[in-house]
Amino acid sequence: MELAQLYQQMARARAFELAAKDLWEQGLIAGEMHLGTGEEAVAAGVVTHLEDGDGLSLTHRCTPALAVRGVPLAAMLSEMLGKPGGLCGGRGGHMHLFSRPHLAASSGIVGASLPTGAGFALAAKRLRRGKLAVALTGEGAMNQGMALETLNLAAAWSLPLLVVCIDNGWAITTRSDTVTAGKLGERARAFGWKVKTVDGRDVESVYAVAGTLLGRLRAGKGPAFLHATCPRLDGHFLGDPLLQTVHDPLGKGRARVQRVVSGAATRGGGSIGTRALGVAHLMTSMTQARLAPQRDSRGDPLQVARKALGKRRQDHAAIDTQVQEEIRAAVDAALAGEGGDA
Amino acid sequence: MPEMDLGKALDRAIDDAMARDDAIVLIGEDAPMLRGGLFARYGPERVLAAPISEGAFLGAAAGAAMAGLRPIVELYMVDFVAVAFDALLNHIAKLETFSGGDWRCPLLLRAPCGGWYGDGGQHSQALWGTLASIPGLTVVVPSTPADAYGLTATALEHEGPVVLLEPKLLAADWLNALGRCGRDSVRFDVPQDDDDGGNDDPLARVPFGRAALRREGSDVTICSLAVGVHRSLEAARVLSEEGVSCEVLDLRSLRPLDREAVVASVRKTGRLLVVDEDYRECGLSGEVAALTLEAGLRPRFARVCVEGTLPYARHLEEAALPNVGRIRAAAAALVADGSGETAPAPRA
Repeated sequence: MELAQLYQQMARARAFELAAKDLWEQGLIAGEMHLGTGEEAVAAGVVTHLEDGDGLSLTHRCTPALAVRGVPLAAMLSEMLGKPGGLCGGRGGHMHLFSRPHLAASSGIVGASLPTGAGFALAAKRLRRGKLAVALTGEGAMNQGMALETLNLAAAWSLPLLVVCIDNGWAITTRSDTVTAGKLGERARAFGWKVKTVDGRDVESVYAVAGTLLGRLRAGKGPAFLHATCPRLDGHFLGDPLLQTVHDPLGKGRARVQRVVSGAATRGGGSIGTRALGVAHLMTSMTQARLAPQRDSRGDPLQVARKALGKRRQDHAAIDTQVQEEIRAAVDAALAGEGGDA
Repeated sequence: MPEMDLGKALDRAIDDAMARDDAIVLIGEDAPMLRGGLFARYGPERVLAAPISEGAFLGAAAGAAMAGLRPIVELYMVDFVAVAFDALLNHIAKLETFSGGDWRCPLLLRAPCGGWYGDGGQHSQALWGTLASIPGLTVVVPSTPADAYGLTATALEHEGPVVLLEPKLLAADWLNALGRCGRDSVRFDVPQDDDDGGNDDPLARVPFGRAALRREGSDVTICSLAVGVHRSLEAARVLSEEGVSCEVLDLRSLRPLDREAVVASVRKTGRLLVVDEDYRECGLSGEVAALTLEAGLRPRFARVCVEGTLPYARHLEEAALPNVGRIRAAAAALVADGSGETAPAPRA
């Protein structure tokens, strides 16, 4: 697939996420909202390989992959608006999006995408030779028991399952490396998986590596693990308390800052050294959150793709315009739908 | 009393207990961020950041409790207890019996629960009935700040395992973090009544197994807990203007359950309405009905519960939860003809 086509998928996924963010900020979407901004190169580079009959098992951050898979955008937005015409009749919401025709399922339970993906792969092996399943997961989820158990199960049963571990470095508001032992790729390799690592900001690399791994799976070889690093551009969810504290310590993050200051100063409790350790840990987390890539910065996968297009003297502006029109139409259609919370 | 909502009262009780008891450690995902005050005061050795591994850290907490620590385990939401259910069901709850009463597991599991803010069916469940069906556990759910403090303080001096659920709608930090998320553009129906449950001392211990009478009445006994208590009180105020006198009993402790308080009230009113944010089938509402039958009473009975998977859309969720309108209609029907809320076939 040409870079321009991959970029088009990425731009479309990004515009979708930003449209959802806009509706959410207006209060038209309830609850938590986990955007997949920063994951677009992984979504485009992997999911564009899928064929009819392939399964797709997703997480709470599922919308970029679903957009690339071709699930109707207006139906997804309608779902988030809680409309009866939504993808799931307004009953699922953004963490629980299901599209049976695409064999695509998501879950709000961290780690759950792996066993479901293994089941999709088992069904493919029995019912649809040459078909396969892809499970997207985060690196934080790889510490969940069911994820580790699936590393064993899928290898023991030689299932055609590609697990794509989208590593943004953060397990909610905790730095993943502070709660994760060893290397994730080595874990999978120890269970006999074919393992590849890729820069998840570079869509062409992701597309190439995913293509190789999926080719192996279609040929009946055992499971593969793709470790893709990428930035998390909008926090764990919109309104992420860590980012609020980092970016607005005197406003929205004020109560949190006060709690830390007051905790450190209250008599009784740990020694001075222990308290210093606690405060230093929090300061390190906040610094790392502050230094994380922002949207449209150099570390943003869309910028990486635009730069690559530029080097080939290809223009992204026309693609952006066309994508914006498509998303605007989807938003209009979703808002115009009957009923719902909006 | 310092101005505390239910969540902050719970935090305060934990802080006070940690200052008293060095054996208490707190374990949870994002603990340094969520419990920054405790983290800064007690340090990383007593406030432990956990990986997203509920099965491992709840199981490890059980072992730690058996070996001399008093762990507080925090789940992000009670829904996620499913991931760690083995530790709770087969280990923590059974140790006392298996050891012939010799060994208990002094552990507090704190988990936010409930809906009313549109987070979908994997993030809005109550599940207290499921948990309270397990022998060996104590299960409590406060509806007021004073009860949150008092039940937590009791739990942290109790020798066995306690599950304490924290209704998210009544805890501003959770509602802000998960529902509002920094927005001013969303509204929530947070109960405004300043009912303190008649508790004069906001820092008093609250014993397990004792219901609280939140409102006296003579026609209908409404048994509820958590947000349901506030919705029931609101319905009772409306019903009183319509000439129906409701007694509202806050069960607050599901296991042990205050059977005597329920029986005494139902003996007086002869009508029982259970308002339960948990699932209707095979749960608390049936249990409360059964205990009145076992006591020889034959009350007119109705229940307002959650009947299916909670939908995401706010208006659908509101309709599916025990809202004031449903409670009012059910109570009025009990008084009018005894039938209560008609029960449609359960949805999947």
